[in-house]
Amino acid sequence: MINEAVVELSRLQFALTAMYHFLFVPLTLGLSFLLAIMESVYVITGKQVYKDMVRFWGKLFGINFALGVTTGLTMEFQFGTNWSYFSHYVGDIFGAPLAIEGLMAFFLESTLVGLFFFGWDRLSKVKHLMVTWLVALGSNLSALWILIANGWMQNPVGSEFNYQTMRMELVDFGALLMNPVAQVKFVHTVSAGYVTGAIFVLVISSYYLLKNRDLAFARRSFAIASAFGLAATLSVILLGDESGYELGEVQRVKLAAVEAEWETHEAPAPFTVIGFPNQELEVTEYALQIPGLMGLIATRSLDEEVIGLKELKEYHRQRIINGIYANQLLAQLRQGNEDPLVKENFDKVKDDLGYGLLVTAFADDINNVTEEQLQMAVDYSIPKVAPLFFAFRLMVASGVLMLLVFAVAFYQNARRRIGQSRTFLKLVMLSLPLPWIGVETGWFVAEYGRQPWAIGEILPVHVAVSDLTTGQIWLSMGLMTALYTVFLIAEMYLMIRFAKQGPSSLHTGRYALEKETDQLKAREV
Amino acid sequence: MDYEFLKVIWWVLVGVLLIGFAITDGFDMGVGSLLNVITKDDSERRIMINSIAPHWDGNQVWFITAGGALFAAWPVVYATSFSGFYMAMILTLAALFFRPIGFDYRSKLEGTKWRKNWDWCIGFGSAVPPIIFGVAFGNLLQGVPFQFDEYLRVSYTGSFFALLNPFAILCGLVSLLMLATQGGAWLLMKTDGHLYERVRKSTFITGALTAVLFGLAGIWLAFGIDGYVITSEFDGNSVMTPLMKTAELQSGAWLANYSAVPWLILAPVIGLGGMLLAGIMGAAGRGGLAFLLSSLGIAGIIMTAGGSMFPFLMPSSTFPSMSLTMWDATSSETTLMIMFVVACIFVPIVLSYTVWSYFVMFGRLTKEHIAKNSHSLY
Repeated sequence: MINEAVVELSRLQFALTAMYHFLFVPLTLGLSFLLAIMESVYVITGKQVYKDMVRFWGKLFGINFALGVTTGLTMEFQFGTNWSYFSHYVGDIFGAPLAIEGLMAFFLESTLVGLFFFGWDRLSKVKHLMVTWLVALGSNLSALWILIANGWMQNPVGSEFNYQTMRMELVDFGALLMNPVAQVKFVHTVSAGYVTGAIFVLVISSYYLLKNRDLAFARRSFAIASAFGLAATLSVILLGDESGYELGEVQRVKLAAVEAEWETHEAPAPFTVIGFPNQELEVTEYALQIPGLMGLIATRSLDEEVIGLKELKEYHRQRIINGIYANQLLAQLRQGNEDPLVKENFDKVKDDLGYGLLVTAFADDINNVTEEQLQMAVDYSIPKVAPLFFAFRLMVASGVLMLLVFAVAFYQNARRRIGQSRTFLKLVMLSLPLPWIGVETGWFVAEYGRQPWAIGEILPVHVAVSDLTTGQIWLSMGLMTALYTVFLIAEMYLMIRFAKQGPSSLHTGRYALEKETDQLKAREV
Repeated sequence: MDYEFLKVIWWVLVGVLLIGFAITDGFDMGVGSLLNVITKDDSERRIMINSIAPHWDGNQVWFITAGGALFAAWPVVYATSFSGFYMAMILTLAALFFRPIGFDYRSKLEGTKWRKNWDWCIGFGSAVPPIIFGVAFGNLLQGVPFQFDEYLRVSYTGSFFALLNPFAILCGLVSLLMLATQGGAWLLMKTDGHLYERVRKSTFITGALTAVLFGLAGIWLAFGIDGYVITSEFDGNSVMTPLMKTAELQSGAWLANYSAVPWLILAPVIGLGGMLLAGIMGAAGRGGLAFLLSSLGIAGIIMTAGGSMFPFLMPSSTFPSMSLTMWDATSSETTLMIMFVVACIFVPIVLSYTVWSYFVMFGRLTKEHIAKNSHSLY
């Protein structure tokens, strides 16, 4: 029987480590590109200030990068430590993109990032620029492969269950690569990373402008960040994840949950701006709706329906019933029954095997499922609506706010008025948390919205865990949380300290704070 | 290319990744382990850290890729070993956390206390993982307690402290010392002055000790530890799971491969000889040669462990028949084939830019260089 506490703790540990990891990843994705752009300008114009920009923003990039690498280690190995049945069950497919990520992307990024930091005097300008671009390319390719792996968890294409080996096996590698869900997620996620990098540079540059310090440095940084950020924000919003929500059952459920769409509406469905989803009564209370909008966003058409949760659940009920049968046949096959009829029947229903496993969360014996247990499994087949509903709205709101920030910043840039409005600079400073709110709520929607599945329609989370005790998980989670907290404090401390110092921390003798200390020293003499 | 051949290729490729990891990440872990042992002041420690600064991150990817390759090629090994050795694995990860942060943050501030703390973190993060990897191999050679149910769900019945048995600890020491030798050999190419003189001594000591303890472990393995053998007939080309064979414990079974394939004896000979000679060349101040020899020694030692156990990867002491072998713990033929093609394309590319990066950063680091670039170096 499944130990529920182990399942919940494993989920919590994964959520904590993944969300923590993703505090650092988007900044790496965004800053690596910004660094490459800045260095390109340096190589083209030959102006020293652009080189100083690369070196200073590169310093902050390094502080962030160290934690990204550190927390990424956990991600690579915790499928094995905490999700061993998952690893066995889908490793044949899921392992491949992870291994390819290492070989194709992470090696490139990590080998060359050393040259980025320490190769300035040993490489020609153009070679160093090439290194910087390859670091950016490596980090983005890395995201591509990780999202191919994650996209497969949402929409598991190109694979088939093999009852002899008791696992999913790869049958179509091309389908895995071209998984439309993965493609959409990739563009959306890396764009969100670029937005994060751009806000980061924009905010810190605004700080120098407000302090009236290192203006040439700050204006140029501001200008690059505003243009890059505007393009990236438009890309995040227009190529939003919603466009991938028609693809695959899990995504359909997620869409309905995110929009708290209990009933199937006539097309085009209304968009619920805000309200309070009530899971028990299956209604959204105090809902404020805009007619027609959601159908338009979600299906990109006026006549396609968005299927509601109630209807989806009824559909799941049938699949669970089929799935129970599939599991019964599987048991016979595993016990060595070689009757071709059993095999034939199994092949007909094996796509519902995962749905049958949903029942195992409630019934010990799959041959003896009561109506009540079946209903529990049906209710369990969709995620909790309210957290998704609110998280999604928080994500969208952060995106819209950032779009406004970048639009004004870019306008000022185009009119050569950067830094003239102190009010705007102060507003920009306040926007610092927005990208992190956006990416964390975004991932929450993606992963919590996938519940109860670890692999959509194939493997429920409660089956995917390792055979561990709660004590083991508490210990490991406690250790990691403690270390991660210490690391975060050290990181924030250094980040704030160097961000405040600004380019003076390079000790080139060209920037404000150094000049002050030089003058002080001169006076003392 | 048939399934059987692909299975053998992947056994070799995982070995290559492990050896690649031990040779590359091994030298920076070795340097990290020696950091607080052979230095006298901050500037020496900065020389040591900066000797590996441009490379540790790329090197670490060998470890990550080995993890990914294990996942892709032998998913059930990935699942069983990491969940079975749960606390050991978490401890390894926790130790590894300290390195990226320690390297990058340590010299960003001037305070002695700040730097001293990070130095210990780097030392801990560099010494603990090799010990645990060695301990893990020591346990694999003795078999570990796990079993599968009929749906191939694994359960592990051992404890963390049971891993720390005498033979496994001996293996842990061999692993730590061999990487310390590798790190010493690296430092001989990167340092000068007093530090260089101390590294010469340390390399000799660790190299000689590695050889002695490795020899000891070999004798213990040959005469004191029972090996495993597959007792059922099977076809390497067939689809297999760990539930489809029989196997048993047999004394002297880990020597069977040496009588079947006599040239396999070269692996322990190279392992022992390479390490001993690396120590001697280190003492003589021949850094490049010492590095080459200790790299060979590492390869020999890892090949000894792998070659003795072949075809076993992770024997089960609970039910020997459920042991994981390279015949029945693999991915499907399709996945092995695709990953093989990917490896053929990307491993040479990775090696070429890795070599280029070492070429660019070649040369010794001096105290003057550190002082001059105090704000841009680690």
